[in-house]
Amino acid sequence: MIEIQDLTKVYGETAVVDSVSLTVPAGQICVVVGTSGSGKTTLMRMINRLVEPTSGQVLIDGQDTRAEPPHMLRRRIGYAIQGHGLFPHRTVAENIGTVPKLLGWDKARTDARIDELLTLFQLDPAEYRDRLPSELSGGQQQRVGVARALAAGPNILLMDEPFGALDPVIRAKAQDDLLAIQRRFETTVVLVTHDMEEAIHLGNKIAVMDAGKLLQYATPEEIIANPATEFVAELIGGDRSFRLLSLSKVVAFVEPGEAQGEPIDSGANLREAYAECLWSGREALPVTRDGEHIGRITLTELARHAARPQ
Amino acid sequence: MTLATATSARPALAFDKLGVLIALVAVAGAFLPFSIFRANRIVLGEGRMLIDALDGPSAWLTIAAIAVGILVALIRLAPAVKLAIALAVLAVAFVMIGRSATYLTPADNTFARVSPGAGFWLLTFAFALMVADALTRLRFRPWPRIAMLAAVGAALWLLLWSGAWNDLSILKEYANRASAFWNEARTHLLLAFGSVAVATVAGVPLGILCYRVRPVRAAVLNVLNIVQTIPSIALFGLLIAPLAWVAANVPGASTIGISGIGTTPAMVALFAYSLLPIVANTVVGLENVPEAANDAARGMGMTGGQRLMSVELPLAFPVILTGIRIVLVQNIGLATIAALIGGGGFGVFVFQGIGQTAMDLVLLGAVPTVALAFAAAVVLDAIVEMVSVGGRTQ
Repeated sequence: MIEIQDLTKVYGETAVVDSVSLTVPAGQICVVVGTSGSGKTTLMRMINRLVEPTSGQVLIDGQDTRAEPPHMLRRRIGYAIQGHGLFPHRTVAENIGTVPKLLGWDKARTDARIDELLTLFQLDPAEYRDRLPSELSGGQQQRVGVARALAAGPNILLMDEPFGALDPVIRAKAQDDLLAIQRRFETTVVLVTHDMEEAIHLGNKIAVMDAGKLLQYATPEEIIANPATEFVAELIGGDRSFRLLSLSKVVAFVEPGEAQGEPIDSGANLREAYAECLWSGREALPVTRDGEHIGRITLTELARHAARPQ
Repeated sequence: MTLATATSARPALAFDKLGVLIALVAVAGAFLPFSIFRANRIVLGEGRMLIDALDGPSAWLTIAAIAVGILVALIRLAPAVKLAIALAVLAVAFVMIGRSATYLTPADNTFARVSPGAGFWLLTFAFALMVADALTRLRFRPWPRIAMLAAVGAALWLLLWSGAWNDLSILKEYANRASAFWNEARTHLLLAFGSVAVATVAGVPLGILCYRVRPVRAAVLNVLNIVQTIPSIALFGLLIAPLAWVAANVPGASTIGISGIGTTPAMVALFAYSLLPIVANTVVGLENVPEAANDAARGMGMTGGQRLMSVELPLAFPVILTGIRIVLVQNIGLATIAALIGGGGFGVFVFQGIGQTAMDLVLLGAVPTVALAFAAAVVLDAIVEMVSVGGRTQ
């Protein structure tokens, strides 16, 4: 659990982060969203003391982060950044083994962990261990960057625009991988992004920042339904109904009955179901789970869910 | 456009642009005196054209080789072919200059001197240019380049060892001073490599300090810039007074070799000239370390020292090494001036030669210096490329 209490950072005359307080429960993903200059990155960098706060404090599992030297604190916290920040002169294995080496793990344990992580990120250890970062694709570099951040099994992972350099298709895949891995290790994640879509997709809770101030800290549903300010609404954009649809799965809205044509999987989200209805000109879609027919979903039901919450 | 399409799109015989220049220089070389004959070592010499400088068959063989070389230079051919032919022509010229010396020197005459003429130097220049061009196009990897340098060095050593050049004036000068030559060679190497070694040991930490502490950077780099602008002869001279004072007034200074003239001021001057490139390249190298790598290193919990040793210095190393390469080549040349203040080195022969108007003696000092600088440049360029391989170009 991360508790940020009244955290402020002042550079010169301006407060880049202005008395922000928020709590990230253990095992959850908190996405900090804002435009550039909103203070979102500074807020994140104060958690592992890459930036020292002017005032306020950060507690991790109840303990003040100032209780130990910054470099010792950082070794317990995973850190992944935009453009991966891999060491270009070191192999994939050496990069991933950075923090274990700093912590003094023995070679066998480090090697086993490197292989485990590479396998987890769908990179064959035998093939990729000894490559240099420049010999990987952008998506692979990003995965190695996240694997490196997770190497010593930290409880907390800080990510600064980790998917910013990826193209949309690879980005979506990387986001899903992150969700799967986060669930598996039950890591507490603080992720900084300027992309509201990414925030809605990944966050258990979203913190919206502007000009150093925390405007709203709530679940994605709440933020879409009740944006706290004009600015938050603007950040969500005009297609709020679609964003709302993309948050729910088809399985929750299945009703008994039959429908014609190509079925849709119950794991798809409502936005995909809605698009399929419009595209094929159907009033309802048959829904299947693992190939079994379990009912249908209707356009009326979808439209009702896409409407502004009353 | 690749080479293949270039050759298929043009007629089979196409002119090589650089080849035209090479051919012009080579033609000029062929019509200038190949060697110079002098009755003794200080009188003005008389040039001997190729046909007079060698016995008949040798002269015609040389002319034929040059003709083939010019033809190959003019036509577009694979770089490997050009390289082989150019090296062959150079080999012929190098062997023949030795033969010419033997041919022109009257029997039992120890006063007569035969030295390479303008023609020989131009031919060497033309075909060396062809070799350099071919090598650039072939883009050899570092190890083959070093191997090639070693092969050329071995070939030259073979020429010297076989005695084929023994009648050349420069080797006659050498024969008279063999032990002095190797003494000065040792001093020259000590001056050049020693000053670079000391400058590296002092310059890299100073560069790190300049990188970390901005106010220091401006001050240090400005001072070093000013040092760099002092003419080398002046700097050697300027050091005489303060070092003489130190030798006279600091107890023990003279016993460890400090004096106003000699090797010490030469060493100090070369060291001063070496600092700027090494410090500046260290700063630039550290500045070029990717910001993301540095941030990640900090974010993962490396201490300042760990970051310096395992991220910053390794990534800056190729640039620092480039600085060392610049300085080494520069100092091998500059060390000749040390002779002016009694510092020794190959410069001793250069200044003696100028004093005696004996150009052969000047060459005895100059040729090894140039060869040494060239070899150092090739080897260090290769090493820089080797340590730069992988990742650092992204």
